[in-house]
Amino acid sequence: MNGSEMPLLLELIITFFLVTGAIVALIGSIGLARLKDVYMRLHGPTKASTLGVGCILVASLLYFSFLKGGLSVHEALVALFLFVTAPVSAHMMAKAALHRKLKCSPRTRKGPPDQ
Amino acid sequence: MTRREFWLPRPLFSLFLAVLWLLMVNSFSVAHMLLGLALGLFIPFITRAFWPEQAKVRYLLPLLRYFLVLMVDIVRSNLIVAKRILWYPNQLTPGFVTYPLELDDDFAITILASTISLTPGTVTAHYDSDAGTLLIHSLHVTDEDELVSQIKERYERPLKEIFQ
Amino acid sequence: MIGTVIPVVIGVFCIAVLLNLYRLAIGPDIVDRILALDTLMINSIALIVLADIQMSLGILFEAALLIALMGFVGTVAMTKYLLRGDVIE
Repeated sequence: MNGSEMPLLLELIITFFLVTGAIVALIGSIGLARLKDVYMRLHGPTKASTLGVGCILVASLLYFSFLKGGLSVHEALVALFLFVTAPVSAHMMAKAALHRKLKCSPRTRKGPPDQ
Repeated sequence: MTRREFWLPRPLFSLFLAVLWLLMVNSFSVAHMLLGLALGLFIPFITRAFWPEQAKVRYLLPLLRYFLVLMVDIVRSNLIVAKRILWYPNQLTPGFVTYPLELDDDFAITILASTISLTPGTVTAHYDSDAGTLLIHSLHVTDEDELVSQIKERYERPLKEIFQ
Repeated sequence: MIGTVIPVVIGVFCIAVLLNLYRLAIGPDIVDRILALDTLMINSIALIVLADIQMSLGILFEAALLIALMGFVGTVAMTKYLLRGDVIE
C-alpha cells in the first residue's frame, strides 16, 4: 500500500493536522523567544508546543493506521504522556522561578505575594 | 480492610494500566489483553504501600464530560494566547492571582491545578496547603475577580460534584 | 499531498528549534534555560515523528516515547535541584 491510494478526505485531514500542529508549535516557540519575563515565557511553550506536538501525533496516528491497515494507537500514548506531564513541569519551573525570586516585567499588575 | 481491598486495591488504576499496556504494544489480541490485565492486577498489589489515600470518583460520566470540555477549552484558549503573543506582546499586563480553593481532596486539587496550567493564559505557580490557596500567574489579566469566578464556575464546580 | 507538506512542516519545526536555541543561549536565568531545553525536547519529539512519517517506517515511535520520558525526568530533576539543592533526599 502506498500514499497514492489514500482517499483524498483522509489526506486532507492529515495535512490539516500537520499544518495546524506546526503553526501552533511555532507560535509557542516565538512566545518563548519574545516575551519579557520568565513567568510570561512559561505560557508559550508549555501549552502551545504541547498542543502542536499533539496535532502532529494525531496526524501520525491516522497515517500509520491507514498504512498498516489496522488501528495504530502508539502515538496516543505519547500524546497522553505529554498532556499529563506538561502542567507538572510548568508548575515545577514556576516554583523554581519563584524560589529564585526572579524579577517580573515592569508591566505586571501584581507581583508574587512574598516579594 | 476487606479481601477485595487487599487483593484489588485500585480497580480503576488496574484497568488504566491494562489499557496503557495495550497502547504500548499496539495490538489488541486476547493474549495481550490477558497480559495487560495480569500486569494491572500485579503492579497495584506490590506497590500499594507507596500510594496515598485513594481518591473517590463518585460519577464517571461527568468526569468524561469534564475532559471533553477541557479539550475544547485547550484549543479555544490556545487561539486567544496565540493572538496575544503574535500581535501585541508588549501591551500585555501579566499578574499573580491568589485563588481560594473550595476542594479539599488532594487528587481533585491536582486535577484542578493541571487544568489551570493546561488552559493557556494561566499557570499554577504555587499551592499553599495551609491557607488552601493556589497562586496563579496569568498572561493577561484585567479583572482578578472575574478570572477567579470563571475558574470556579467552569472547572471547580464540576470537580466538586465528581469527587465529593 | 502529504509528501509535499512534510518537508515544509519539518522546516517550520526547525525554525522553532532555532528559536529555542536562541533562548537557551541568551538565558538570562537558569530557569529560562531549563524551559528552553524542555521546549526543545517537545519539538524534537515532533521532528522524530515527522521523520517517521516521511520515511514510512513506523518504528521510530519508541525513540519519541523515550525522549518524552527523558525530557520530563530531566526537567523535574533540574528544577528539583534548584529548589532544594539536592535531587534525591
